[in-house]
Amino acid sequence: MEARISRVAGTACVLRGDDIDTDRIIPARYLRAVTFEGLGEHAFEDDRKQAKGDHPLDVRRFRGASILVVGRNFGCGSSREHAPQALMRRGFRAFVGASFAEIFFGNCTALGLPCVTLAHGDLVRLMDSVELDPAQEVAVDLAARTVTCRAGSFPASVPDGARGQLLEGSWNATSVLLEAGDAIESTARRLPYVNGFAG
Amino acid sequence: MCYPSDPMSGRSLLDKVWDAHSVRELPGGQTQLFIGLHLIHEVTSPQAFDSLREMGLRARFPGRTFATVDHIVPTHTRKRPLADDLAEQMLQALERNTSESGIRFFDDASGRQGIVHVIGPELGLTQPGMTIACGDSHTSTHGAFGALAFGIGTSQVRDVLATQCLTMARPKVRRIEVGGKLASGVYAKDVILAIIRRLGVNGGIGFAYEYAGAVLESMSIEERLTVCNMSIEGGARCGYVNPDDATYDYLRGREFSPRGAAWDRAVAWWRSIASDPNAAYANRVTLEGGAIAPSVTFGINPGQNVAVDERLPRLEDVSPDSRASLEEAYAFMALRPGAPIAGTPIDVAFIGSCTNGRISDLREAARVARTGRVAHGVRALVVPGSRAVAREAEEEGLPEVFRAAGFEWREPGCSMCLAMNPDKLVGREMCASSSNRNFKGRQGSPTGRTLLMSPAMVAAAALRGVVADVREVL
Repeated sequence: MEARISRVAGTACVLRGDDIDTDRIIPARYLRAVTFEGLGEHAFEDDRKQAKGDHPLDVRRFRGASILVVGRNFGCGSSREHAPQALMRRGFRAFVGASFAEIFFGNCTALGLPCVTLAHGDLVRLMDSVELDPAQEVAVDLAARTVTCRAGSFPASVPDGARGQLLEGSWNATSVLLEAGDAIESTARRLPYVNGFAG
Repeated sequence: MCYPSDPMSGRSLLDKVWDAHSVRELPGGQTQLFIGLHLIHEVTSPQAFDSLREMGLRARFPGRTFATVDHIVPTHTRKRPLADDLAEQMLQALERNTSESGIRFFDDASGRQGIVHVIGPELGLTQPGMTIACGDSHTSTHGAFGALAFGIGTSQVRDVLATQCLTMARPKVRRIEVGGKLASGVYAKDVILAIIRRLGVNGGIGFAYEYAGAVLESMSIEERLTVCNMSIEGGARCGYVNPDDATYDYLRGREFSPRGAAWDRAVAWWRSIASDPNAAYANRVTLEGGAIAPSVTFGINPGQNVAVDERLPRLEDVSPDSRASLEEAYAFMALRPGAPIAGTPIDVAFIGSCTNGRISDLREAARVARTGRVAHGVRALVVPGSRAVAREAEEEGLPEVFRAAGFEWREPGCSMCLAMNPDKLVGREMCASSSNRNFKGRQGSPTGRTLLMSPAMVAAAALRGVVADVREVL
């Protein structure tokens, strides 16, 4: 059993913009490796270079943040787990946004990183509040389904399945899937193509 | 086991295939889903095998996993060791991992190497009614056969290796009907670009897309593969087309297709898993095929596309919440709101990828290539999707057609779709590309620019040196 994750608290970093894809989070050239080591320093590398020090991941006020606040459809595109791996290795432990691309969401859950969504108005209030006072603590509470900052405590949405996995510490799915035991083989035997459509 | 139609409550293909593969329900409404076919490649699998070893586990159904190498292979030479030491390490890791686990590896020597989403179908591995997973988002491609095919991350690759299962939440099903008939010069690529333009790049979150209607029914399997391939670009978890006679005709006689009496039983089962006529859907969307024109992306996500004879949207034409990304797109692409997309100069033309690297794509591009020569200053590349596609093209004399027109004919792989190999844009180059993503930096240069379009449109742009309407060329 992995660690139970019910609450992530820390300072936050606001990364505005919708449809931020995983190629931007970690450019493909850093996928030329057989491990995930060292990915953290390359997170958003091209965007950061183009922002010349003004990227949210580089500005002093967001330094040390453990919660990344994002827009709509964050993590779309490639299925590369390198994207959440890079953000995790940079210190992020939770994501709050308007919506998340599904493969990215699944990858985050598998790494024990909660992704929760807020209603539009609440997300705007959270972003504004964190930008005004980046030193404040932001808390993502999975048990209570809330995100709390100085501007208030907002109801957060997270699918029941992923929420349960994180709260129970069963987010490393392999061990849970193994518990099914022989039921896996018996399901396979019922599928006609698995036995070559034998009569 | 077949699924008779229930006149009271019809079921979709998704429901039937999902239920057949359900090992058990998990807390929170998730399902432990058996995966019938697992495809792996060199980029997203090495860490999964390492993690499997750390957990003291072995591949549980090694015969249901197949490997190939596609993302990192150079396309100008296949000499080993690969010149890129990191690429060579990845290839060696795959060789070691597959050999230790007893997994079939379709490497160069096998004569069956190619992009994972091209070889699955052509080998007959991809079949209707299967659940399919691969550590690659474009796994949705395989839905063209009426399979449920999911792109997954590396931890989930480990899950499948260890248990042949995934933890999944059942998606809702949106039926997308494209009626009527496509005009000449309009391709499957234009259909999926039109769908994404209409529904948005995030419109599919929480959904599986069931593509249907007269246009899909009259498409070849290869065209359906193109449509399903870009389901992920619309945000959908997967996309599929119900199997029909075209599906069975395609599969008949392929290396891994059932044979003899098993074939007849297979077809009967495949027919039974298609959506019932009275299946219930979360919602439906209809498009008129005849209204779809050759399309071109102008921005930094595939939803930002227009018909080739249209002008680029003005900021005031779009909803307030997409204005910021439109501004960002224009700034990155150095394109002007209100300007025509036709006539936009290009530096590079790329024909290939899991979206459009199959033989029918190359034939259409070659039809255009026969009409002229690549414009001065344009670098034009044709990269077949697999060794089998390359062989077929060679038998038809297509490499000669392309070379005579000034295109380079390369070895099979993913190539400049994501530029993990030496095929990259340089600086601010503008690329007409038959691939699937126009994200910032996608084609290897952080400031490089991509215009997505059909392979025939890419060929037309290569000849003219600017974005051109393929209907004027053919």
